[in-house]
Amino acid sequence: MYVRLDERYRVTLTLNGRERSAYAEPRTQLCDFLRHSLGATGTHVGCEHGVCGACTVMVDGRATRSCLMLAVQVEGRRVETIESLAKEGELNDLQRAFREHHALQCGFCTAGILMSCHEFLGRVTDPSEAEVRDMLSGHLCRCTGYTGIVQAVLAVARARQNNRQETP
Amino acid sequence: MNSAAPLHHQQSRSYVGKRQPRVEDEALLRGLGRYADDLAVPPGTLHAAVVRSPHAHARIQRVAIEAALQIPGVRGVLTGEDVKRWAAPFPVGVRQPMEHWCLAVDKVRYVGEPVAVIIAEDRYLAEDVLDAVEVEYDVLGVSIDPEMATNDDASVLHEAVGSNVVNDRYFNYGDADTAFEQAAHRLSLKVRYPRSACTPIECYVVLGQYDPAEGGYDVMANFQGPYAIHSVMARALQVPANRLRLRTPPDSGGSFGIKQGVFPYVVMMGLAARKVGAPVKWVEDRLEHLQGASSATNRVTTIEAAFASDGRVSALRFDQLDDCGAYLRAPEPATTYRMHGNLTGAYDIHHLQVRNRIVMTNKMPTGLNRGFGGPQVYFALERLMQRIAVTLDLDPLDVIRRNLVPTEAFPYRCAAGALLDSGDYRRGIELGVEQGGLEELRQRRESARREGRHYGIGYTVAVEPSISNMGYITMAQTPEERRRAGPKNGAVSTATISVDPLGSVSVHVSSTPQGQGHRTVAAQVVADVLGISLESIRVDVELDTGKDAWSIASGNYSSRFAGAVAGAVHNAALKIRARLDAIAAQQWQVSVEDIRFGEGRIYTADGVHATSFQRLAGATHWAPGTLPEGETGGLRETAFWTPAELTAPDDDERINSSLCYGFIFDYCGVELDSLTGRVTIDRYVTLHDAGRMLNPQLVDGQVRGAFAQAVGAALYEVFHYNEDGSFASGTLADYLIPTTVEVPDPTILHMETPSPFTPLGAKGVGEGNNMSTPVCIANAVADALGDAVEPGAIELPLTPSKVRMLMGIEEPPRPEGVAEESPQASAGGGSKLSASDSVEIPASPQQVFDSILDPDTLKAMIPGCHSLELTGDNAYRADVTVGVGMIRARFDARVELAELEPPHSLRLSGAGKSGMGDAAGAAKIRFSEIEGGKTRLDYDYEVTVGGKIASVGGRMLSSASKMLIGQIFSRLSQRLSGSTSKRSLWQRLRALTGKRGGDQ
Repeated sequence: MYVRLDERYRVTLTLNGRERSAYAEPRTQLCDFLRHSLGATGTHVGCEHGVCGACTVMVDGRATRSCLMLAVQVEGRRVETIESLAKEGELNDLQRAFREHHALQCGFCTAGILMSCHEFLGRVTDPSEAEVRDMLSGHLCRCTGYTGIVQAVLAVARARQNNRQETP
Repeated sequence: MNSAAPLHHQQSRSYVGKRQPRVEDEALLRGLGRYADDLAVPPGTLHAAVVRSPHAHARIQRVAIEAALQIPGVRGVLTGEDVKRWAAPFPVGVRQPMEHWCLAVDKVRYVGEPVAVIIAEDRYLAEDVLDAVEVEYDVLGVSIDPEMATNDDASVLHEAVGSNVVNDRYFNYGDADTAFEQAAHRLSLKVRYPRSACTPIECYVVLGQYDPAEGGYDVMANFQGPYAIHSVMARALQVPANRLRLRTPPDSGGSFGIKQGVFPYVVMMGLAARKVGAPVKWVEDRLEHLQGASSATNRVTTIEAAFASDGRVSALRFDQLDDCGAYLRAPEPATTYRMHGNLTGAYDIHHLQVRNRIVMTNKMPTGLNRGFGGPQVYFALERLMQRIAVTLDLDPLDVIRRNLVPTEAFPYRCAAGALLDSGDYRRGIELGVEQGGLEELRQRRESARREGRHYGIGYTVAVEPSISNMGYITMAQTPEERRRAGPKNGAVSTATISVDPLGSVSVHVSSTPQGQGHRTVAAQVVADVLGISLESIRVDVELDTGKDAWSIASGNYSSRFAGAVAGAVHNAALKIRARLDAIAAQQWQVSVEDIRFGEGRIYTADGVHATSFQRLAGATHWAPGTLPEGETGGLRETAFWTPAELTAPDDDERINSSLCYGFIFDYCGVELDSLTGRVTIDRYVTLHDAGRMLNPQLVDGQVRGAFAQAVGAALYEVFHYNEDGSFASGTLADYLIPTTVEVPDPTILHMETPSPFTPLGAKGVGEGNNMSTPVCIANAVADALGDAVEPGAIELPLTPSKVRMLMGIEEPPRPEGVAEESPQASAGGGSKLSASDSVEIPASPQQVFDSILDPDTLKAMIPGCHSLELTGDNAYRADVTVGVGMIRARFDARVELAELEPPHSLRLSGAGKSGMGDAAGAAKIRFSEIEGGKTRLDYDYEVTVGGKIASVGGRMLSSASKMLIGQIFSRLSQRLSGSTSKRSLWQRLRALTGKRGGDQ
């Protein structure tokens, strides 16, 4: 796709399983596009320079900073945000674990953290605490001191492991 | 007693005190939170970008906006001219002719100060246009270091004041002078607490609207309170308070005090909306936030204690210099006075002197920041307690124990007026020691040290104040000024409960939570009082000053929720219940005492009568005619609560600055990496007594969050300013917030001593570790570094490079077969330096002269002197460790005193050799008597070094010798006066390295 600076382009993508489209300037950040053009305000913007991790979404199944990506780059791609996690109206196991382990307070960084954890748990089935902490080190949380988040991720990994063993 | 009585007590405890999961989480975990930037805006809303000053101090010559206005999509530019026409400067907390406007009108005083506002059709465009505004500046000299800013020749920020010191107050409690005279020991310590901030992940958001018909402003902002600031904003906008409708969003992305600082932007965006006749929205970006939002106050403290040989402290002196940045922004100088009543910490110390100065520098203005004033006070006090222990060769914990407020003394009135409401500090220490495993930690230190590793243990005790007295801020004024202004005191909190016609319960609190879970706890409290399920209750925490009950103490600060707001919720629920009690008692013709609430029902104790809560409550709407006489119908109650104990400051300057005082006992073990200087926290134990815990899960969440922020403040985070005042911490890659791999999980211990002064016995717990943890880590690092390090050099943040520098490089053993070199042979080929300096010592020339001849004094004077052995007439052999730059070497040295002309002059010389090279030096010292019975020492000295020291540390020779020699005389001065000389070593070191920018 070739773009001109002074024109707006219709960007079409699959957002949380549904095809969506809206206009974006070539320079529009993906996070702004998701929030303000598509109304997916669950994704939050914390630093706009790729450090805090609050804006993390999944692009084609990979955790990605949406502040470091342009809207036009997701043309034809699959984007998942925090709004995709609850299935059939129910919180998923990761979300429930966050609640049980008091892994959030203000909840602002949580959107990005959930997406990184979601991707990580899909890749790593039996993580150590050190691996979980390493994965989370790309996120800043100012409220929780991280303990609850680490506990929640480890608890989900264990529970999924047990489920797998019980259902051969 | 009827054994068949229902199990429910008059007030059941189904929820309060339980680890109740939060009602907030469901929406937040789905991405359905409604933060300020998520809310719908009116059609036609415009977007703002702020033009900011690139200079730390400059006069504005011209702001040219014509080019900007030509750009399509730009609808207006707000400048200082507009602000002067429509607004007023913000009221200031001290009586000084200094003005702070929401946009700079004449000068800019810090990098990032707002100068103009671009208002355009979209945010991207507004930012593009920033460069089109041309501002001509006449750049002025800067004041960055707070101490230098107090000098007569410093560049003055507010010319009309005539000085950068805008407030200077002195307080005397008890008889500290006599206590200091009579004490066996005195110890003084100068420390500097740096700038940092708890930095929420969500930045400021403001949506301003102006209604010309009513002449009123309607602003939505993620403001956290205190709502005393509403008055400040209304006055700046020059409208009655009812023409400034301030609204907050349902959710906030964290604040920790910082979002108090959004208030100038509330005024700014109100004016911007007025300028263009349309709603204007502004979302702060991270650079704007870091450089211009808000910061904790940096402080220079000289603290001094008078104490006995067992470590018992009889008196304290605080000299605090608080750097509030470029403007004294409301509620400053509150940082200075928040801790005032309890400056003596957890200790029973009767005599206290305090000097507080507020200084202006060319840095961002300070404001609320979690811990507010606490970390600064405890850093000085608890470092001093550690130094007392080291000086007396006592266990630091014994020194702490001997000074604690005794258990039988509560409620205890502190020297400066705080009324410590409840506690059992000694039991707290014992619990912490036993349950936290101190003995094991000590063993870990021992085995680490046996292996040559750098391991240290630090301790801290602290009282954690909560529920601020709104009157403490007036301590910046004299008693006379306070009398003229009228008394200020109290802490009014409020809650409203409504029961609708279908009998469901809604609660409103004016506590503007920033993520703590107030909705959950308020629901817990109400559910227990009304005997209904927590899930059935809805709690609203949005605050609309146009519609809701609020007061100046509303908002989220000073850890006031659990004690004050939850208490007001409890009181409001009791009012609802009293009305329902009366209705039920009349309907059933029974006594009010027989009515019970539980499981969604209202019933009599004997079980004869029962109805659902909804039905009885609904009757107040549907059938008011059936209600008892005096019952008004409808069911909505607002409770206001303010504690009687929060009185205004008295004429003796005593102030109960907070209502509740929790207790914290912390200790930790840290290890320093000998290669990199990195500090690793091996174990951290924190014991809290926050009174009654309403929801232990949330209490632990508060402790963990505060702890993580404190780890940041202790080890990583600092707002760094360069010498010219430029800001060097503008991204999160420069301003280092700790992540999961840096923050260990602390061991949290609890005890509960309920407060007698709050409705539920709860105290605040949100800020304790922000206060206790930075100094606890610093004390542990000090313990690990040992005695060779100057105590004042232990400055936060203890970054690897700083710690590595403090550790120095130990001298390696001489390789076998390498012959000892003779000092004389190589010294000639090394570096040579000569210089002169002087120092004042508070003793007569004869006393000073005699004391230098005394071997004990001489040994104490020489830094790093392990032993001093008399070898002849005024000749000694000394074993000394000396550092040049990072190199530290152990010298076998000869020290000699010659050319004695008492009490006028003498010559002090020394020469030594070590595996790292050799060194020799001599100083001619002249003594002259000056005013006040003091002595001025003038000295010319010459230093020569050779060998490795010369090649590696030669460049450092000048500063190292100056520092070393300064240290010798500073130690002499300290020995003669019991305190350090006026220019401390650390000050000297700073002067030498020219470090006048820095982490201030």
